[in-house]
Amino acid sequence: MIEEIITSGRMNPEIDPMLHVWGWEIPFYLFLGGLSAGILIFSAYFTLRNRQDELPIAVKWMPIAVPFLIGIGLISLLLDLSHVLYAWQLFTNIRWESPMSWGAWTLMIITPLSIAWVAIWLEDIFPKWDWKFDEVKATIRWLKEYRRTMAQILILLSIILGMYTGILLSAFNARPFWNTSILGPLFLTSGLSASAALISFFSKTEVEKRLFTRIDIILIGIELFMIIHLFMGHLAGTQVHIQAAHMFLGGAYTVPFWVFVVGLGLLLPVFLEILELKHKFVPAIVPMVLVVAGNLMLRFIVVSAGQASRWLY
Amino acid sequence: MRYAMAVDTKKCVGCSDCVVACQTENNVPIGYCRDWIVEVTTGTYPQLSLEIRSERCNHCANAPCVRTCPTEASHYAAGGIVLVEESECIGCKACITSCPYDARFIHPEGYIDKCTFCIHRVEKGQKPACVAVCPTHAMVFGELDDPNSDISKEMATRKWKSLIPEAGTDPKVFYLI
Repeated sequence: MIEEIITSGRMNPEIDPMLHVWGWEIPFYLFLGGLSAGILIFSAYFTLRNRQDELPIAVKWMPIAVPFLIGIGLISLLLDLSHVLYAWQLFTNIRWESPMSWGAWTLMIITPLSIAWVAIWLEDIFPKWDWKFDEVKATIRWLKEYRRTMAQILILLSIILGMYTGILLSAFNARPFWNTSILGPLFLTSGLSASAALISFFSKTEVEKRLFTRIDIILIGIELFMIIHLFMGHLAGTQVHIQAAHMFLGGAYTVPFWVFVVGLGLLLPVFLEILELKHKFVPAIVPMVLVVAGNLMLRFIVVSAGQASRWLY
Repeated sequence: MRYAMAVDTKKCVGCSDCVVACQTENNVPIGYCRDWIVEVTTGTYPQLSLEIRSERCNHCANAPCVRTCPTEASHYAAGGIVLVEESECIGCKACITSCPYDARFIHPEGYIDKCTFCIHRVEKGQKPACVAVCPTHAMVFGELDDPNSDISKEMATRKWKSLIPEAGTDPKVFYLI
């Protein structure tokens, strides 16, 4: 057997022996970004369908969480930056080819927009809400006139936000496991799925609960389909992609991924949600926690596995 | 003008002089390196062959680090040399994850650092520190577009390869084999 032994004298911290420059901050942010995108998409979509009174949790209540989720996500992103005092440089450039630049600008627009979106619903959900200042009242009235336009912009930006969390990783061809364009749609779908599970958990009416349980079942189905395709794509790829796939098919990530993400995070909750729809008793919190935890786990595993996969030369 | 480097794997003995010269010239923090030695042993005992390479940033013409940088901190300087502008770098590490050669690292001061082809020396007409000190003259540096440059002559007469060209990076460090 011909052997090849590669010995390198390089030992740079966080680069060797295995790349580990992104810790918990990035996957945690990707999770929060995906979740925020999911919540905003549902809220804006059902507003455009004029179902705000029928689906109050999805349309009016859940978006309240978004500015906080994005805020925590941004703090987490800033914690990751090793030259953080220069972070403002993100907003002196528009780099079309850099997914990170897309993300920075999208967040820059979507954060204030999501706050405005929450603001226009506050009087609906808290009848005694008083904005106190006439200027604010006038602004809110003005914003309400453009509710549908805002919803359309929100859907577009949220899709970009949800997708970019995956594209951010897939743009790196140096890390073969990430280098698949399916990561964008996969992360968008999984963000939508986590928000559907949360909406279904918090909803008070049978109509809303059942609708979002059904939506979540469909989304989990799509996610499973995409995961299968991710591995099919890698296995039909080049040697480095095949090696990357093998990290999940017998390698170090096999158990965490198939047991925790696919088993406990997708298959078990989808089974419980189907039972729910058949009016079997399932404590509502169980599928919600499983879906959300599976979502978080998916991002942690993908970020870690990508850094462990590499070209050999 | 395209600067490039060629490392003669038949002459390189892996002495690490280039590594130390670089660390001294560029004040590289202790425990880090911008260039390094790789030894590849192939074959079945006793028929073994050994290739020794002095490696560094490949100053790719299609550099993924420049593409993924959100702030233009990673950029092409004169002659296609890939540089990082410290005062524009936010330390997001996108360039590190996008480099298939893992040629970059996080400087203890927070910005991302790597080989500069000793641009401060090249601008003065000098050779990069690693090339200048190599005791076996295993490295040549120069302009690819000038047919009379040392590197063009070497590459015209020798067999050469670059590292993982299939990654699509169009590297500008070549290995004479």
